[in-house]
Amino acid sequence: MSATIMRNGRVIDPANKRDEVIDLAIVDGRIADLSAIRNPQSAIDEIDASNLIVAPGLIDMHVHLREPGFSHKETIESGARAAAAGGFTTIVCMPNTSPVADTPSTIAWIKDRAAKMACVNVLPTSAISKNLGGEELAPVGSLAQAGVVAITDDGHCIQNHELMRRAIEYARMVGLPVLDHCQDYSLVGNGIVHEGYWSTLLGLPGWPAAGEEAIVMRNILLAELCDHHVHCQHVSSAGSVRLIREARARGIKISGEVCPHHIALTDEEIQNFDTNYKMNPPLRSQQDVDALLDGIGDGTLSILASDHAPHAGFEKEVEFDAAPFGIVGLETELGLFLDLLVHKHRKIDIVRLIEMYTVEPARLLKLGAGTLSIGAEADITLIDPEMQWTVDVAKFQSGSRNSPFDGWKLKGRAVRTIVGGKTVWKV
Amino acid sequence: MDREMTNMRWTRKDLLGLRELSAEEINFILETADAFKEVGTREIKKVPALRGKTLVNFFVEPSTRTRTSFELAALRLSADVINISATASSLTKGETLKDTAKNLEALHADILVLRHSSAGAPQFLASRLKSSVINAGDGAHEHPTQALLDLYTIREKRGKIAGLHVVIVGDILFSRVARSNIFGLTKLGARVTLVGPSTLVPREFEKLGVTVSHKIDDVLPDADVVNLLRIQHERQRKEYFPGIDEYIRLFGLTKERAKFLKPDCLIMHPGPINRGVEIDSEIADGAQSVILDQVTNGLAVRMAVLYLCGGIATT
Repeated sequence: MSATIMRNGRVIDPANKRDEVIDLAIVDGRIADLSAIRNPQSAIDEIDASNLIVAPGLIDMHVHLREPGFSHKETIESGARAAAAGGFTTIVCMPNTSPVADTPSTIAWIKDRAAKMACVNVLPTSAISKNLGGEELAPVGSLAQAGVVAITDDGHCIQNHELMRRAIEYARMVGLPVLDHCQDYSLVGNGIVHEGYWSTLLGLPGWPAAGEEAIVMRNILLAELCDHHVHCQHVSSAGSVRLIREARARGIKISGEVCPHHIALTDEEIQNFDTNYKMNPPLRSQQDVDALLDGIGDGTLSILASDHAPHAGFEKEVEFDAAPFGIVGLETELGLFLDLLVHKHRKIDIVRLIEMYTVEPARLLKLGAGTLSIGAEADITLIDPEMQWTVDVAKFQSGSRNSPFDGWKLKGRAVRTIVGGKTVWKV
Repeated sequence: MDREMTNMRWTRKDLLGLRELSAEEINFILETADAFKEVGTREIKKVPALRGKTLVNFFVEPSTRTRTSFELAALRLSADVINISATASSLTKGETLKDTAKNLEALHADILVLRHSSAGAPQFLASRLKSSVINAGDGAHEHPTQALLDLYTIREKRGKIAGLHVVIVGDILFSRVARSNIFGLTKLGARVTLVGPSTLVPREFEKLGVTVSHKIDDVLPDADVVNLLRIQHERQRKEYFPGIDEYIRLFGLTKERAKFLKPDCLIMHPGPINRGVEIDSEIADGAQSVILDQVTNGLAVRMAVLYLCGGIATT
């Protein structure tokens, strides 16, 4: 028997409505009753969690690990290390790899690779359409059997509403949620930055908020029609928040997630053409940021995620319109959300923040993770909500450095990440 | 005419756009151009200001007149000039813009004149090179020397810029000429009205301190300068307006409309002109047209810019 006792931490376990300073026992990689170690047969490890928050291991359900195909950007191993360093014990990886994760064999490869190389739990998603082409349904039933936790064409968006409708109906049959990157291609065209003051001033092609909202609306209508859950990824606009709020009030199975950059930054940042401010959907206006904050505050937007999108330096160091979209996020997201949502704007308390990173994604993806219940896998994140620290991209565990937050001073971070009872990261 | 030389020192190695320049800096360029304009009237049209310096015309998007103007300006300043165009350059072989530019710098190019289809490409290179970078047009962002020659021509013909009403007509949304003109004119105190179809002149432009109108007949009688931009319908603009005929009907500077202009109103065009589209042929050649003066002044303005920025760069 291997046993550990974590002493004097503030245990926040939203799944069990628990928030108290108490010891936590881990026996053989699982959360155990304290009585199990009262009369130990062998030595017990001790972790001092005084002044720290003991949370269920955090889940980031929107991560690009780039393997197979783009290991110069990130590998499953380096991406998992970045996750651990950011306080995440479970990450959900997107299918836009090469080959695209749209067959059971590719899913099997990812799972095998993760089992061998990753220090955190890696859960794959598969594409909705074959080769992310938006034309033919991928073998979703076989992919469900292969162990994907959701289907998504992330980075792309199925434009054919009939195909999307059938995909949602089919996913319902096999019990998988549908995640969607909401982008209407005809409205967005070659847009790369938020359409508004700064796109007008800089002459950069505009990506209008309506291009997201049109697909959010489509997804609401189809979620209602098919009576199945559709989750809108990286929601960025005030209009999307309003649509999702109204639909949820009517009981429709729709949800939305927020990425830290969409509340930390506005489109004003693009004025020096720094490609670390180029992401999809783009940074939007202050009005959109305010609406996202309100949406988080009132529960309309229920999930926090990074959209961790690593790219090599040489790929980002090009003309603004030629650069790929996206930034790395795993190692900064918890700090940014703690700093902005809990400390600065006071939109939610830390209990809700932990819930949005654990209970909410676990419920959507039907995972056993995200709780400190007796018998659960001992996936635990220790958080110091008051620690002041400075982001230093040179110290990232990720294979890439494309972050606009280098040098930011943040309050709050994960200080220890435990997966299956084993410490995989410690500050 | 107030031609008193501003008492300032030029400190920029690059000319990237007019948005970042102060009114004082813009005036300083215009005043420097005065001296170079005089050079063009001499028997020997050449001065040794940039002797021994190397200028690269790096055009990653086709252009004849801007490239020619820069080349002639550099030759008159006694610089050595080479021209590189997109098809000839290694960019087509997959080399990045940064690597190509670094290679040019390794050959001791002092001044890089860049024309590029991507907004921000000159900023990208300027922050990575010791050479001077002169923006010769980047995407729909800025075309500073075109706006400077427009300002120079207005100032030359009207004696001032402050207080004048300048009307810019056409495809504003996709126009780098329009943006640089808006920044330059408003900094120097002109009143600017943008005219064109609502799809090509969105209201958002009013946040830049200008007026937006979709009725040219309301605006023309009050104009001191009308600057007509080239209108394109053939490429990627089909969703923006129904066609050339309707454009002419709603926004073309026809002979009939020209009658409502004030007698001293200047008619400008950055070229190349579509005769019979944005402007009637006779109006383009008429007494109020200063279109060819713009071309001549472009040379003096570009000499001034190369002289000022080229003197700062240290390679």
